[in-house]
Amino acid sequence: MAAKLRETPLIDELLKGPWPSFVKEIKKCAQNEKNERGSARSNDLLGVLERSYKETIGHWKHGGIVGVMGYGGGVIGRYNDLPEEFPNVAHFHTIRVNQPSGWFYTSDILRKLCDIWDKHGSGITNMHGSTGDIVFLGCATDDLEPTFADLTALGFDLGGSGSAVRTPSCCCGMARCEWACYDTMALTDDLTRTFQDELHRPAFPYKFKFKMSGCPNDCVASIARADMSIIGTWRDDIQIDQKAVADYASKLNLENDVISRCPTKCMSWDGKKLSIDNSNCVKCMHCINAMPKALAPGKDRGATILLGSKAPIIGGALLSSVIVPFLKIEPPYEDIKELAEAIWDLWAEHGKNRERVGEFIQRIGMGNFLEQIGLEPRPEMVINPRSNPYIFYDQDQE
Amino acid sequence: MGDEVTVSTVAEAMYEMVKQYHGKKNLKAMDLTKAMIEKFGGDNCDKQLCKQAIRELIDSGRCTYSYVGGSYIVLPPT
Repeated sequence: MAAKLRETPLIDELLKGPWPSFVKEIKKCAQNEKNERGSARSNDLLGVLERSYKETIGHWKHGGIVGVMGYGGGVIGRYNDLPEEFPNVAHFHTIRVNQPSGWFYTSDILRKLCDIWDKHGSGITNMHGSTGDIVFLGCATDDLEPTFADLTALGFDLGGSGSAVRTPSCCCGMARCEWACYDTMALTDDLTRTFQDELHRPAFPYKFKFKMSGCPNDCVASIARADMSIIGTWRDDIQIDQKAVADYASKLNLENDVISRCPTKCMSWDGKKLSIDNSNCVKCMHCINAMPKALAPGKDRGATILLGSKAPIIGGALLSSVIVPFLKIEPPYEDIKELAEAIWDLWAEHGKNRERVGEFIQRIGMGNFLEQIGLEPRPEMVINPRSNPYIFYDQDQE
Repeated sequence: MGDEVTVSTVAEAMYEMVKQYHGKKNLKAMDLTKAMIEKFGGDNCDKQLCKQAIRELIDSGRCTYSYVGGSYIVLPPT
């Protein structure tokens, strides 16, 4: 029988209102009579949470030597600093499970994953973590290997953590979206399989994330979150169905809602025909999103590769910047793999501890970086035009 | 020409280094790699060989990974 629920007046406030509440879900886990250990952990978790709300400090520390044999990632050690008061969450590790590309599951496999987690852990999951992985929250150290054994028997593997390649993730791409300019799911699967060693055996100064978006809408926000963002694009003209444009014109204010919102003003509408100066299109996708039946990405499709974004920890937030303006994305993806390996080779050798690749580029300079990885500078790599029009050369450089 | 440097030779040298620095300094995979290339010479030992040596150390359980604000290779807890 599940233990009596802890008194939690402060976090009970989060049960109020029409929105879903994580407190409600943790309480359900704490009352799950089929999972006695999990319910005890969830009950103690409520207690720690209540205590943190009361004292406005966290009671978790992370890291340490914890994981499964042979792997340097996939388990994030979490320890509670009040183990005597909350013994069932003294260890409450997080397990990252490598998700399938595009997050597609059968209902059967989801049930089996939940059964594994009910058997070994707290029963609390996070579907999905910001990394993209399936996240199992709350595993005791002794339960890590049995959980891993059951996961691998089901065909799942751990995801990445620490100073390594993190679990590559992608949008649903061609599986569900008409704008996908390349097969994001196939590339994600291929990179995951190719870079198993880099994923499970940390050898870098810090984390390295790949995120694949099928089009510039960038539904997985790779430009803000991935060290290497691979974003679908096209290099020919936007496809236009003029009849469908005319239909939209009868429903939308084309001038206000589409034409005037083009960031480079490369579109015009004369009342009968939409014209686009494709040489000035920056692929913002606004017109295509506004008139999906009339406009579509061009037919010569591939991706732009960008490098260097990160959410802030040491320095400020960085967005990725262009490193390869256009590349056809086709198996076996050798160009992408060789580029990634060249970058790792340089960064692993010269990067400082906890320095992301974007910070490394800022430190050594883009010119030096490009020279070292063997890429020619291109105008598309310029983030902002220089504000000072005067360029001074040394006498001998003129 | 000197003796061939094997994966096991490098793994052993890496293990000694991890042991020597235990409790004093955390070593990353690249710290070990650079030290081994310096010790055995670039002609005899490269990054690939060091990668295999680290795999041998970890898979045998003689060393393990730890996370302390970064991933390090350390001796397993006793």
